[in-house]
Amino acid sequence: MKTVVCVKQVPDSETKVVIPEGGLWIDDSNVNYVLNPYDEYAVEEALRIQEKLGGEIIIVSAGPGRAATAIRNALAMGANSGVHIKDDNLRMGLSVAKILAEAIKPLEPDLILLGKQAIDDDNLQVGPMIAELLNLPSVSVVSKLEITENGGTAERDIEGGKEVMEFSLPAVITAQKGLNEPRYASLKGIMMAKKKPMVEKQASDIPGGITITKMEYPPKRQEGKTFKNGVEAVPEVVRLLREEAKAI
Amino acid sequence: MSDYAAFFIEIRDGKIRNVSYETATVARNLAKESGLIPIGIAVGSGFSTDLDIFGKYGIPEVVAVDHAGFSDYSPEAYTAAVVDFIKKYNPSFFIMSASAMGKDLSPRIAARLDTELISDIIDIKLVDGKIEAVKPVFAGKARITISTNSPIQFVTLRPKVFLPSEDSATSCTVTASDFDPSSVEVRARIKEVIKGTSGKVDLTEADIIVSGGRGLQDTKNFDILEKLAEAVGGVVGASRAVVDAGWRPHADQVGQTGKTVTPGLYIAIGISGAIQHLAGMSSSKCIVAVNKDPDAPIFTIADYGIVGDLFEIVPALTEEFNKVIR
Repeated sequence: MKTVVCVKQVPDSETKVVIPEGGLWIDDSNVNYVLNPYDEYAVEEALRIQEKLGGEIIIVSAGPGRAATAIRNALAMGANSGVHIKDDNLRMGLSVAKILAEAIKPLEPDLILLGKQAIDDDNLQVGPMIAELLNLPSVSVVSKLEITENGGTAERDIEGGKEVMEFSLPAVITAQKGLNEPRYASLKGIMMAKKKPMVEKQASDIPGGITITKMEYPPKRQEGKTFKNGVEAVPEVVRLLREEAKAI
Repeated sequence: MSDYAAFFIEIRDGKIRNVSYETATVARNLAKESGLIPIGIAVGSGFSTDLDIFGKYGIPEVVAVDHAGFSDYSPEAYTAAVVDFIKKYNPSFFIMSASAMGKDLSPRIAARLDTELISDIIDIKLVDGKIEAVKPVFAGKARITISTNSPIQFVTLRPKVFLPSEDSATSCTVTASDFDPSSVEVRARIKEVIKGTSGKVDLTEADIIVSGGRGLQDTKNFDILEKLAEAVGGVVGASRAVVDAGWRPHADQVGQTGKTVTPGLYIAIGISGAIQHLAGMSSSKCIVAVNKDPDAPIFTIADYGIVGDLFEIVPALTEEFNKVIR
């Protein structure tokens, strides 16, 4: 089983977003970059599949120089090798999928795993787009996965339930929280990751098709009323919900 | 230049899902503003007779791809059907919902058409005939205004943000498409659909949510939240801490690694309001918070906060709601 896991390096979820004056993306000078949490589930799942079926795991990431750290993070968890497509452009959407698909194609994987979304642009686009560009089946937002030599079964979250899908390999699967509990890299894993092969490539000159014209904070909420008298406040709050907020 | 502003009608179990009236409303408004004809595309099996309801929303035509081969959702077959429609009608705009199906299907359609996609938008306007959309990023900690030059302006709408509105009624013609799915190679198909055990409304579609956090102290104490939710006609959600502790399933989690929700009323019980939780719920229309810590961050965004012991306050709230909601 040859598995490709696509990963992205993103600001961690505790990041306090700071938008520079007139800026179109966040000020990242104090940002702690991490392996995208949903991609961690994808890496973990690849490792579990490898433990069962053997084979190799290749990590592919597109991004600036710092993105190499995210690849090393995944190698430290146990993946075998990395491909870093160097790209300094802030990209989202179809051009990302094209760059990744181009890098994945010659690797001829049996399985492509990635997180269901990156927690920076929150697009949920790249997984199914890669599947389409490589003409493969896909199942997205997967919280349970069973892979055999030729195919698999995946449960994906939908409103009020789950769809159980059967698919043939090769296929693209995007990981949802709950798929597994990602392991921590061991010290040995971190040391070994430094020696694992990593190929660097320059991103091909695919123009990005999305233009950001403004970035802003969400509007501040109106200041609310806080009652410090505990249970005695209940009738008043319910009255306000009904008469002032008209929420019930 | 095309004649159409198109939208996707989502069908599940042969029924029209409510998000379809949201996409219809947005497509109709875009059509009005740019002198186009709004048109719907529905893919499924055994539903075509209901589709004329879109006349109430001012939609004169809906194309129905109604075939036994579409009785279950399939990314590949549905992509083929929608792309067939888009190639025939060549719409200037294509509007889908960022529902579970929409999130899975829209990127495939975009990639096949080689067009950009703007996902999960919360605001939309037209500038020189192109869509300028606002979408949250970093789980709602910021929002960006974006546009594309793609000939088909393709967006997905965050559910429950664009409320459906009816329009001067028109008669809606349902046109049967001759698209045949048997020509499509389907390599991923639904084997089974598992309904949630409670059969409750999904958090992303709920009008009222009652969420519990670590302050509940134990999984069994969620009983009092279930009672409160029942009294107020809501569904129960949870913070990440509670889900990570295994007290509630992941489907209940609100926040950055859970669901982003926009209900009319969000009641946060025993939730301190970590930044990643606030990100998932701070667009709720009205927020009530109950917490024993007066400095809990949740109070900074609550419309109504009560400082005190939730084990006293929650039953009192339940009783009060039972009194007034009848």
